[in-house]
Order: sequence, then structure tokens, then C-alpha cells
Amino acid sequence: MQTALAAAPVPGSGSVRGWLADTLPKAVLAPTLLVSLIFVYGFIAWTVYLSLTPSRLLPNYEFVGLAQYIALFDNERWWVALKNLAIFGFLFVFLGLAIGLTLAILLDQRIRIEGFLRSLYLYPMALSFIVTGAAWKWILNPSLGLEHLMRSWGFESFSFDWLVNPDRAIYTVVIAGVWQSAGFVMALFLAGLRGIDDSIIKAAQVDGASLFTIYRRIIIPSMRPVFFSALIILSHIAVKSFDLVMALTAGGPGFASDLPATFMYSFAFTRNQLGLGAASAVMMLFILAAVLVPFIWAEGRQRRHDR
Amino acid sequence: MKRLLFAAALGASLLGSTLPAYPAEEVEVLHWWTSGGEARSVAELKKMLEAKGYKWKDFAVAGGGGENAMTVLKSRVVSGNPPTAAQIKGPTIQEWGAEGVLANLDDTAKAGTWDGLLPPVVANVMKYQGHYVAAPVNVHRVNWMWVNPEVFKKAGAKVPTTWEEFATACDKIQKAGMIAVAHGGQPWQDSTVFESVALGVGGADFYKKAFVQLDQGALGGATMQKAFSVLRNIQKCTDKGAPGRDWNLATAMVIQGKAGMQFMGDWAKGEFTAAGKTPGKDFLCVPAPGTKGAYTFNIDSFVMFEQKSAGAKAGQKALAEAIMSPEFQEIFNLNKGSIPARAGVSMAKFDQCAKDSTAEFQGSSKSGALVPSWAHGMAIPASTQGALFDVVTQFFNSDMSPKDAAQKLAQAGKTK
Repeated sequence: MQTALAAAPVPGSGSVRGWLADTLPKAVLAPTLLVSLIFVYGFIAWTVYLSLTPSRLLPNYEFVGLAQYIALFDNERWWVALKNLAIFGFLFVFLGLAIGLTLAILLDQRIRIEGFLRSLYLYPMALSFIVTGAAWKWILNPSLGLEHLMRSWGFESFSFDWLVNPDRAIYTVVIAGVWQSAGFVMALFLAGLRGIDDSIIKAAQVDGASLFTIYRRIIIPSMRPVFFSALIILSHIAVKSFDLVMALTAGGPGFASDLPATFMYSFAFTRNQLGLGAASAVMMLFILAAVLVPFIWAEGRQRRHDR
Repeated sequence: MKRLLFAAALGASLLGSTLPAYPAEEVEVLHWWTSGGEARSVAELKKMLEAKGYKWKDFAVAGGGGENAMTVLKSRVVSGNPPTAAQIKGPTIQEWGAEGVLANLDDTAKAGTWDGLLPPVVANVMKYQGHYVAAPVNVHRVNWMWVNPEVFKKAGAKVPTTWEEFATACDKIQKAGMIAVAHGGQPWQDSTVFESVALGVGGADFYKKAFVQLDQGALGGATMQKAFSVLRNIQKCTDKGAPGRDWNLATAMVIQGKAGMQFMGDWAKGEFTAAGKTPGKDFLCVPAPGTKGAYTFNIDSFVMFEQKSAGAKAGQKALAEAIMSPEFQEIFNLNKGSIPARAGVSMAKFDQCAKDSTAEFQGSSKSGALVPSWAHGMAIPASTQGALFDVVTQFFNSDMSPKDAAQKLAQAGKTK
């Protein structure tokens, strides 16, 4: 970057302009860098430190080692939250990718009113998760929504009570989450599909490949970077998911649909167990790192390979 | 500012009171009473302080049953700039006391003979290490059962006074095609019902042993198992839409005659009166089965934070005096649906439910059956309360056996 700037011939080549061109980007970027150093990395460090203290109502800086982590993994509710995250994370990412890709491929068939359909699928993304959660809460509520509607239409035996069923509640979060995110993933894939060189596909057609084979062997593999971006975006939404659960089930019935983020909020802010809450926040960071770092590393290696 | 000074001067001249050394000293009060009757109650306090020549700075943080307000309060205290007073109650007062940020109100309390006006159980909640740090504003009774007599009449059922009678009444109402118990399946509501059940099944001494002293034997014992099996019966009397429902929507079901009864504290009364219903006629307030003569209390209070300047301290004192004055306690509680925390307030303007509540409050205070509501943060620290909530709500939403539930409850009681 720097060498490129220095090598670029500066018209009029005043040393002041050269200095300015060199310094200005740094000066403009500095505040952002400083702010993110303090407010992102600084607070991560603070949280890690708090998780090693016996903090309750207010921060307390006595050191107790890993006691909070031991208490955390002794807590049944934390295990429920972890299990729910596994179910929700896997289904949300997998279904989001699958439905998004399917929609994108279908829309890519040069159909009529594509623009209209595209924005139709994309609209849920314009809503906040709170709105999505509240709307689905009403739709899925057995005495207000879908079940009530079907029964009043005469389907007396129709039953859909996942929202109030402790064993199924987490799946309603998946439904609402996928509904919101699939359109966005579709847009990503559609952009990827449009970016594929037509001549490769034409060549494959000349060779007599079927449409299915073209998609399976050429198009989908060539969208690897899109998969990667979608995966990163979806999995971080999954791990930090909070507002959707709060609006849809509030972690209920009981704490059956608790996720690590709702667990953290409840312990740190309503139960005066700041240390335990901090420990769960650090665990969330580790989970995210465990999912993303291998991908980022693999992707980086692949790029170097390609070069 | 000019207008304000003018108003202050006018107020002072009209009332003939002398202004304190710092005119229009600010009194900043953090609270989360922002809805209807509650907001009107706070407005009364504001009026009284402004009449004394102080400037009221409202610091209302709505939402989340005070969770949001607590988060804001923590950041204010940590930054060394606490408000004059904040709405904090129960053992949380002790936790704040331990942080060393509360003001000592002993002088005000002595001058106002608070010790003589408050029952000892209530006074103890307001003290940290023997010193007054908070002033109580009201007393809510939690172990109420709200009844729609019309529903009971249609079903041919009798309003239950024991848990055996409750089972029969539930059966009859369900057979008549109505919902027996209006319930909102949120952790705090599950536990609100459960603490009434435990009090009814085991009595006040058992209740205190289990939920105040956190005695392992009482928490995991046979009486607790019986309480859990009664809770299971109640759960079967609720409808399918209960999980996640807000308490006031459950109350509305009783008001509209869709459901027969609800177990809820006396803040539910506000919903009935707002719908134009009369106590004793359109709805009944009776103690939860088996809890007649016993009283689970939930007391709201204002905790005073240590102030730096003398003017702020004077304002704080005036605030504490105003809160404890009979005038404020009367008008506040008429609006809020609760009863005055202090003795010596005329009950003439209150309705029958409030009069019953007062009689039981005084009676149970003498008999020792006046117990703190643990589901409303009056008995045990927030962390232990949360752990007990988890067990009760898990039991309510699964097919766990009463025996396992009692065992888990004992385990949860160890949470520090």
C-alpha cells in the first residue's frame, strides 16, 4: 500500500501533497482504530478479567481463578443453553444456506418478474429480529395464531404447539431465524451466480452436460467464496442471537429455549452474578472462535494456493 | 430558569414555608413506575417535594421489571454520581449496603419514630447493619387468589379454601367448558403461584425455614414434595396458551369470565378496577387456599444513596420524610392498589380488598405468619432466587416428578 502510494507519480509532485497523501489516510483511520482498540478489544480484556473475579452486583477485582467457569459448567441451565445453541446454530446455518441457495438458483432461471420476487424474499431482512420475533410469536401461539385459525376453519384436530412445548420451542426460533435470513443469503448467492463466466457454462453445454451436472460440478463449486461469506455471517448471528429469542420465547417455556446470550444477560444483569455472566460471555467468544478460525485459516491457505 | 425561580418563590410565599439554604436543590429519583396508576403515584411525591421547595428530577427508566433501571443505576454509581434515591427492594438493599454507597437515615427515622410505625419485619428490610438506609412506600400482598364469582356460579363450584377443594372446583369449571386457572407461564409467575402453594401446604414456619433460611431439609423434604404435586395439579388447570403470557393478560381472562381464578399479588386489582369492576361483587379477593391468616409481603422502597453536598443531603432528608408521611402513603397506595407500609394511616378511602389486606397484615405481624415473598425478591439474594426460579419453572414445564423437583430445589438453595 505504502510502496504503491510512493511509486505513484504525483502530478505537480509537491512534497507537501506527497506527505498529505501519505499521512491523511492514517490520520483519518486513527480514531476508528483507537475506538475499536478500546471499545472492542479493551472491553473483551475487561470481560475476561471480570470472569476471573467473584464480581456480583458491581465489578470487584479480587482474583479467584477459574471458579466462575467451574460454577458455569456445573449449571444445568448453561448446558441447556449450549445444547440449544448447537441445535439452533446447525439448523439455522444449514437451512439458511440450503434455502438461500435454492431460491437463488430458481430465481436465476431468467424468469419473469424476477425483480419483484427478489425484493419479496429480501424484505424480511429489512425487519429487526425483534419485529420478526414478535410477529412469529403471534403466528405460532396456539390460542391466537396458526392453530387457532386452522381450527376455526374446521380442521379441529390441527395442532401446532411448538412455541409452548418445551421440547420444540427452540425449533420455532430456527423457523423465525431462517425466515428472516434466507432472503439475504439468496441475495448473496444470486450475486455469485451472476458473476460466473457464461462461457464456461456454454462450453459445458456444448460438451453435453445436463443442467443438473452443470450446477453440481461447475456453478456451485465456483461459489466457494460466497459460501464462506454466508457461513461467517450466519454463524456469528447464531452465536450472538439474543433479540430474536427474547421477542419470540423470552427463553421459555421455563428456560427451554435459552441461548448463551440470554443466559449471559440473565445472570450478569438480573441475578447479580456479574462474574458468572462474564464467564459465559467469554465462552461465547471461544465458541465463535472455534467455529470461525478454522474456516478463516483454511480460506486464507486456499487463497495462497491459488496464487 | 427565571420562571422556575418565580414558581419556587411563589410556592414558598403561598405555603409560608422557608426555603432551604440552597433554593431549588435537585432531588433525583430513579424509578420504573411509568404506567398508569404507578405514574400518578409518583407524581404525588413530586408535588409534595416541590411544595417543600425542592426541584424534582425524574429519572424514570421503563421496562423489564426494573432490570433496565438497575443497569443504569450501576453505571451511575460506578462513575461516582449516584441519584438521590432509587427504587430498590428486599435483600438487594443489603447488597448495595455492602458496596458502601448508601446514606444513613437514622436521624430522620428517629425524628419520625419509624421504629414505632413499621412492623419489625418491615423495618429490618429497610436497615443495613442496624441503620436505616431506605424508606418503604407500600405493602403488596402476594398470596391472593382473584376470583370471578360468575364463572364459579355457572360451573356450580364453590370458591376453594383448601387445596382439596381447589381440585374439585378446577374439575367443575373445566367440565363446564371454561379455563379454571388463568396463568402466565413466565418464571416469576410460576414461582408466584408456587410460593402461595408452599405457604398453604406447609404453613408459615415451614415457609420461613425453606425460603428465608434456605434449610436443606425443608427445601428437599416431604412437605415440599407435596407442594410440588399441588403445583402439578394447578398446571393441569391452566390453558395451552399460558406459556409466555403476561400477568395482566391472564387477569383480563378472569375479568372477561373466560377463566375462574388467578393467583397473583394485589397489583392485579388495578386491572379489575380499571375495567370498572367492584370488589366483592364483580370479583372476589380471597387468600390462596390454605393461606388464610398468613401474609406474603412485597414491599417497594426507596433506597438513599450517599450524597456529597449539604444541599443534596437536606433534599434527601425531605424526600425520606415525604415518603413516610401519612398523606403520601394514603394517596400513593390508593393509586397503586397496595396498602400503606406504616401504621397510622386512615383506611377510610380504601376498598374492601385493601381493608382485608391491612387486617391480615397486622394480624399476621403479631402471629408471626408475616413472611417475605421470595418470588418477588424480598427473602433471598437475586442469585439464589434465580436458581429457585429455574427449578420451579422447569418443573412447571416438564413432567418432572415432585421428588426430583424437591431435590433440585435443595441443590439450588445452595447457590450463593
